[in-house]
Amino acid sequence: MKTLFTSVYAWVDERLGLEEIQAFARKKRVPLHAQSFWYYWGGISLFFFIMQAVTGVLLMVYYRPGPDAYESVRQITYDMNFGWLIRSTHSWSANLMLGAVFIHMFSVYFMKAYRQPREFGWWSGLALLILATVFGFSGYLLPMDDLAYFATKVGLEVPASAPVIGPLIAKLVRGGTEVGAHTVQRFYTLHVVILPALFIPILMFHLWLVQKHGNAVPPAEENKPVAQRRSIPFFPNFVIKDVAVWLIALNVLAVLAAIFPWDLGPQADALRPAPKGIHPEWYFMSQFQVLKVMGDWMRGTLGEVVGVLLFTGGMVAWFLVPLYDPNKSSGRKARQATYFGLAVLAVLIITTIWGYAAL
Amino acid sequence: MKKEYNHKAVPTEGEMTRGAFLKAAAGGVGLCYAAAAGYPIYRYLSSPIEKVESAATVSEVTVPDGQKLAKGEAKMFKFGAKPAMLIHHQDDSWVALIAVCTHLGCTAQYESAKNRIFCACHGGVYDPKTGGNVSGPPPRPLTRLEVKVTADGVVVTQNPTAKT
Ligand code: HEM
Ligand code: FES
Repeated sequence: MKTLFTSVYAWVDERLGLEEIQAFARKKRVPLHAQSFWYYWGGISLFFFIMQAVTGVLLMVYYRPGPDAYESVRQITYDMNFGWLIRSTHSWSANLMLGAVFIHMFSVYFMKAYRQPREFGWWSGLALLILATVFGFSGYLLPMDDLAYFATKVGLEVPASAPVIGPLIAKLVRGGTEVGAHTVQRFYTLHVVILPALFIPILMFHLWLVQKHGNAVPPAEENKPVAQRRSIPFFPNFVIKDVAVWLIALNVLAVLAAIFPWDLGPQADALRPAPKGIHPEWYFMSQFQVLKVMGDWMRGTLGEVVGVLLFTGGMVAWFLVPLYDPNKSSGRKARQATYFGLAVLAVLIITTIWGYAAL
Repeated sequence: MKKEYNHKAVPTEGEMTRGAFLKAAAGGVGLCYAAAAGYPIYRYLSSPIEKVESAATVSEVTVPDGQKLAKGEAKMFKFGAKPAMLIHHQDDSWVALIAVCTHLGCTAQYESAKNRIFCACHGGVYDPKTGGNVSGPPPRPLTRLEVKVTADGVVVTQNPTAKT
């Protein structure tokens, strides 16, 4: 047994150079310090993304986009063995992934890991966040229950409010003037073909960059002399810890998905009035609330336009931070970047809570 | 007081090293997780099979208006999940058969002009009265069903001695 394994390993190693990879993994080290905990969140995001791919493919086995969408999700939920669990896992994992990505992004921000030479890590990460929210938005419609229907209808009013090209874009996204079977069909294409085709290469790029530059250490650690910095080997020490964290993530996901099965509302019906408290997924709540408040302050579409501009401006500033605070000699600008991050975090949290309170 | 721990680097015979134990334990836990994930996925994927198989256990089907079938003609119907054919012969006898070819499972057809049951896939021929395999690759006769003609349909039942 042992010798068989050894000889098969040797055979493969000779052709693929597994030893090189192993030697490389042994040499690689991960910094160890008070903030090391935050290094796990990129990996946790990755874990949930893998779960999305696995459960998503399983859902594709029975899901039918188009006019039959609701019925097929009803069958998955009530007729197929464990279909409710697969669907529940996909929905919970989507939300946990977004949560992990946000935590990952803010920890990267406050550790100033976006600084030289990691700018592309920051930018590709932001691209992944945007794609992840589009994943969420397009996936939310697919069951075509009434919540999905109205949330999408409302969500598409945001691009529709853009001047001149807005209504055109909204119509193209909907595949008509109203959300309907065509909208589901295109959201499905987006959700299972276009988004993965964009997301996976960017993710590979993102991971390759982490590998290339190694983990960033926070400024407090950077100021210590090199001899005082501690680190652990990537393999096996960090990998074992990473696996342990993934197991925790898996258990949390399994418990949530099994104990709180994802709901399926009544079938969408354009003639029924919108149910009370219609709201988007939590990661859009902040934008939703800002738009609502702006709409109250300024009549007509002006409020929406101002709200969208505010958010776009914030995103652009967020995107450009590595250029404003490029390295450890940024001084005053570095402090301002930290304050900006705290302000963004505070605004997001407050408007989100406000949004739920105002439902 | 200092406690003495005995971390033996070399196990005595019949003992396991700590590393080997941890490896085995991790493998066992891994298997448990794989089973806990694999079982629901297996059951999920096999849902339609289970459904079809429970539908296939029918033992009686009524072919509506089957009694109106003209002499020398055949009519296809579903017996559970399987295609079946009802033939009204020139001599006024009735025959019902599972139409699944015993060679490789194509659906066979009744050809009234040649008065034979023919399978187009590899040219198998069956006797339309008995279902017996006459020529071509089919290794066994087609499965026969019992027929009872009533005023509002033809009742086809599973032959208790035959398996479908
Ligand atoms: C689904 C989305 C994402 C996945 C799967 C992901 C995955 C990862 C992984 C596995 C790492 C290495 C471990 C770590 O440092 O935590 C990492 C590092 C990094 N990520 Fe992400 N990430 C995602 C989104 C983002 C976002 C939204 C940002 C910021 C806008 C971002 C910026 C970075 C940066 C700058 C690093 C390097 C951190 C360092 O060197 O310490 N990532 N990412
Ligand atoms: S399957 Fe009918 S003859 Fe081969």
